Amino acid sequence: MKNEETVLSEREKILARVREALKIPAHVPGAHGTAPLPASAHSPAADARSWLPKVGDSFAEQLALFQSTAAELKAEVQMVASRDAVKAALAKMASDGNWKRIATHKGELTDFATADLGLPICRTEGGYDVQEMEACDAGITECDALVAQTGSVLVTSLSAGGRGLSVLPPHHVVIARREQLVADLPAAFALVQKKYAPHFPSMISFITGPSRTGDIERILVLGAHGPKKLTILCF
Amino acid sequence: MSTFASQFLKQARVMTADLRHRKIIRTALTNYEIVRDKRKGAFQSWESARQAAAETKWEAVNHLDKYLVELVSKLEARGTKVHWASTGAQASEIILQIVRDKQARSVIKSKSMTSEEVHLNAALEKAGLEVVESDLGEFIMQLRDEPPYHIVFPSMHLTRGEIKDLFQRELGDAPSDSPEELTMVARRALRKKYLTADIGFTGANFAIAETGMISITENEGNARLTSALPKTMVSLLGIEKVLPRLEDLALFLPMLATAGTGQALTCYNTMYGGPRQPGESDGPEEFHVILLDNHRTELLADAEQRDALHCIRCGACLNACPIFRNVGGHTYATTYSGPIGSVITPHLRGLQDWKHLSNASSLCGGCTEACPVKIDLHHHLLQNRRNAATEEPAFFERSLYQIFGFVANRPALWAVAKKLGRFGQPLQNLVKGTALDPAKAWTQTRDLPPMPKESFKDWWQKRKG
Ligand code: SF4
Repeated sequence: MKNEETVLSEREKILARVREALKIPAHVPGAHGTAPLPASAHSPAADARSWLPKVGDSFAEQLALFQSTAAELKAEVQMVASRDAVKAALAKMASDGNWKRIATHKGELTDFATADLGLPICRTEGGYDVQEMEACDAGITECDALVAQTGSVLVTSLSAGGRGLSVLPPHHVVIARREQLVADLPAAFALVQKKYAPHFPSMISFITGPSRTGDIERILVLGAHGPKKLTILCF
Repeated sequence: MSTFASQFLKQARVMTADLRHRKIIRTALTNYEIVRDKRKGAFQSWESARQAAAETKWEAVNHLDKYLVELVSKLEARGTKVHWASTGAQASEIILQIVRDKQARSVIKSKSMTSEEVHLNAALEKAGLEVVESDLGEFIMQLRDEPPYHIVFPSMHLTRGEIKDLFQRELGDAPSDSPEELTMVARRALRKKYLTADIGFTGANFAIAETGMISITENEGNARLTSALPKTMVSLLGIEKVLPRLEDLALFLPMLATAGTGQALTCYNTMYGGPRQPGESDGPEEFHVILLDNHRTELLADAEQRDALHCIRCGACLNACPIFRNVGGHTYATTYSGPIGSVITPHLRGLQDWKHLSNASSLCGGCTEACPVKIDLHHHLLQNRRNAATEEPAFFERSLYQIFGFVANRPALWAVAKKLGRFGQPLQNLVKGTALDPAKAWTQTRDLPPMPKESFKDWWQKRKG
């Protein structure tokens, strides 16, 4: 490593150049020649809700939007009637997909849902063998929220068994409660702040449909590097 | 003319005549335009969102020192090692030092234009490391040993047939030319690399001062894997990437996706705030963030063009630009091409060498209109032209205008010049477009409208009389 002094001095040099440069004010966007805005605590983005794509107010509207958006993204949403029905739905997925081995993490919902599957389980808590997880047919996780506006699943390294579990196996199954649905992105970020600040998980990720690419002739292909399939199992 | 300018002209001439290339780009971008417009339409007010995004970026860039200090202290508080690099060479050296400390042999990379800017791959390969690009488009370009064609769509100029041949030649694995199967070939090849790489390298789309995080936008999941599996994670970002607050992402993530690829949100939008924390099951043991200046502070010092630092690298201005669409990305010979590249490259690499890019514009304003953060792109192109001319006036051009001014200010001389012109034009037609033609640069590809038999002034005078 470079010694402490060089590190410090490069930092000070850059900051000094920044401060020198900023002595001349720049015009405010869309208002040539006016005085600079003061640094403010209020973000212009705080009003984002009134410009972003519209989301209905009622839970039913939001759920319908989540389902249709997710379907458009080629994610599968399975709504089941009760917590117990999750077990049966997962068992059916396992037999349909001919699963031999699954990966999951410790959690109230994941433990409950995978308890009777009768499959070998690769668990993430305390660390895991990457090759072993790579060989699993499905990764089963919980989540922090579902976002109606974008059809996204919000996961973190704390809520969903770390960083790898939701991208390494070819099929990602998310088990969620209806109450976890939030309206839009501003609400999702507010939830992250409220739930974790100031001790945020080291990774926070919005997953919006299964992994995809369009790098060959801009033609959509699913499962580029992450999962080919994303199922949201919601009760 | 600088060698860069003559290279540009030469290459542009070849590319504009390449109808096949133009058709590929047009097809790809027409599809993009359709989905992008649909997504823009879904916003309750795309214009208000643009204004808010511009103001948020304005606030961040115009208080950059404050936000950088905040970002760094928050990052460090949770165990991230932050490095500062004034130049590209310094950034590469910092990464090489990490490589040496970790005795690393291989690096898996997710997409990063900033690493292209500092020529990181070359530096790492020179040090004997295996470097693998994991974004499919970048992987394809790496196999071709070419820089990315476009900042968001690196391989958009290639057909599936070309990619099949490439995979066959380089990987010995190309069952067919179906995009699906070709993608799976890359998936298989790269899976092995993630599992064994010592270092995961990423860029960043945003950095959040308030919470001390970087944010990465992607579709493939390659950045997610890059930051999950290797023991060491290194992220390189320009100092201008910082945003004040976490909630700002609620606006910027969908805007980047909409303008960049015509998606409501890309598949993975991920914030990283440190190495593996206590109680987490995986993630890198070390997380290094390198903040790069590399002439950004010079652009910052130009208050008139400071807003060029608001750029979120969505590529929308490239897609809108008639010049880009016809000359293609590689003709620019710069890391950042299209309108934003033409604006910032003179700041990054020297005005006199790169001023020609600001002339490669029809000034239609399509770029400014497309830009989600409202950068005044086409005015900046004009300002570059002005700055270049003030700094180093072109003797020939200036003399021409002086002569023109002299003649135009003297009615008698002007009348003679008009007569001469009318007489001379048929003669010029004889040599039109050849080496003898004094107006060759213009007439080679364009017609000069014939001068009317009678000038307006003469006609007016006759009519009165
Ligand atoms: S200048 Fe604007 S349109 Fe062009 S890449 Fe940057 S943000 Fe996008």
